[in-house]
Amino acid sequence: MFDFLDHYDLLGAFWTTVQLTVISAIGSLIWGTVLAAMRVGPVPVMRGFGTAYVNIVRNTPLTVIILFSSLGLNDTLGISLGATDFKVIGFRLAVLGLTAYTSAFVCEALRAGINTVPVGQAEAARALGLSFVQVLTLVVLPQAFRAVVGPLTNVLIALTKNTTVAAAIGVAEAALLMKQMIENEAQLLLISAVIAFGFVCLTLPTGLILGWVGKKVAVKR
Amino acid sequence: MSSVLYDAQGPRAKRRNILYTVGFLLVMAAVLWWVISGLNDKDQLAWEKWKPFLGGTEAWSTYIWPGLKNTLEAAALSMIIALPLGAVLGIARLSEHAWVRVPVAIVVEFFRAIPVLVLMIFGLALFAEYTTVGSDDRPLYAVVTGLVLYNASVLAEIVRAGIQSLPKGQGEAALAIGLRKNQVMRFILLPQAVTAMLPAIISQLVVIVKDTALGGAVLTFPDLLAAVSPMSSYYGANTIASFTIVAIVFIAINFSLTSFASWLEKRLRRGKKSTGAVLPAAAVAGADSTGASA
Repeated sequence: MFDFLDHYDLLGAFWTTVQLTVISAIGSLIWGTVLAAMRVGPVPVMRGFGTAYVNIVRNTPLTVIILFSSLGLNDTLGISLGATDFKVIGFRLAVLGLTAYTSAFVCEALRAGINTVPVGQAEAARALGLSFVQVLTLVVLPQAFRAVVGPLTNVLIALTKNTTVAAAIGVAEAALLMKQMIENEAQLLLISAVIAFGFVCLTLPTGLILGWVGKKVAVKR
Repeated sequence: MSSVLYDAQGPRAKRRNILYTVGFLLVMAAVLWWVISGLNDKDQLAWEKWKPFLGGTEAWSTYIWPGLKNTLEAAALSMIIALPLGAVLGIARLSEHAWVRVPVAIVVEFFRAIPVLVLMIFGLALFAEYTTVGSDDRPLYAVVTGLVLYNASVLAEIVRAGIQSLPKGQGEAALAIGLRKNQVMRFILLPQAVTAMLPAIISQLVVIVKDTALGGAVLTFPDLLAAVSPMSSYYGANTIASFTIVAIVFIAINFSLTSFASWLEKRLRRGKKSTGAVLPAAAVAGADSTGASA
């Protein structure tokens, strides 16, 4: 019944999905934190940039961003991100698009987390004479991160599912494999069940484990 | 402008901030120059490439408007079908009977765990294999099916959260005056919950509009995004211009929906007539895609 799976690299496809997820997650955590710092910082130009970035990116379909990175950046402008093999180029472009998109949501989650830190914490830190960067990195952000594990988990799960959009530019991940399998085999329900099972295996444990972690690390107030 | 995170600025801090501002602007200018010179090298800024959009209405009426119509049609259909389905699932998840609650919970969690694109691809093949839907209509059916399955589950969670956000006293008082359970739900809880959920439902609409673009990219659904490639081949390789215009249209629609949702949320929070229970626009939708999906 599952014989036809031998002809396809199912594990390889899901491994690509995992790689896309992990690399984009790290990238958007970093860029999203920088954006959040800009949005709460004292320099008006940076605040404006952060706000504009988040509002524009959040309201653009991810599909538009990913397709643009392939058709616009690569085909038209010849940006290949230091790769020559078209598979590697596609993968890197997908990571770029996913990171650019997901950081906007990371930024918003973090900003909400910063608001949950009691005002007295930042006031006490300022009273000690800490600078803005010190207040943020030593006092506020560590507490904010612990408060937003839950929301960030939701972002991570959404990111895992969003990696399927990379199929639109031909990255060999799970959704593209599903499409190819459906075209070649007369096993629609079975193929869909296998792919769905794969995604459930990726997203459900992430939610359960990180949900538990979130409760563990949350600051008791 | 002051904030709890930094002190009111003295002369030195002000000078430092000006330095940061200048530095940041310089970096931005460098990036902008790099982008513009890159575009210029590839001849993407030439007036001919932008003329179809800025100098006439032909491109709008031939490509963009029909695409936009399909995008909006798919989004509206999905919302209209998913909303009642989501309401039923959400209420069923609050049922006192485990044999209703548990299966519904499994269905909702299952469809929330699966990417919309996978549901759409499944829908396309399903309609091709088991129905007589013509091949022209199939992409629309598939896109709507995928969006309905996914968003009904998300809306179910919104409905559940909306009902739970109401003060407990509402349901208890209704039971105390002798209403039956389904009367409590129909006359007391749902009407209030709908108001509380409105911002969240509108921001879910943004997610739906964004996700229709998947159909254009992968399922040959002739939506707004799918208009890019015929446009750029017809008007002479103006990929950048076409993408820019399409993105601006998407952003304009979604930005107005997002702004409307947050305006509504603020208004409902201030309102004196209601219990003041409001589901934040991103409360549950945040799970998705936060955009969930895409």
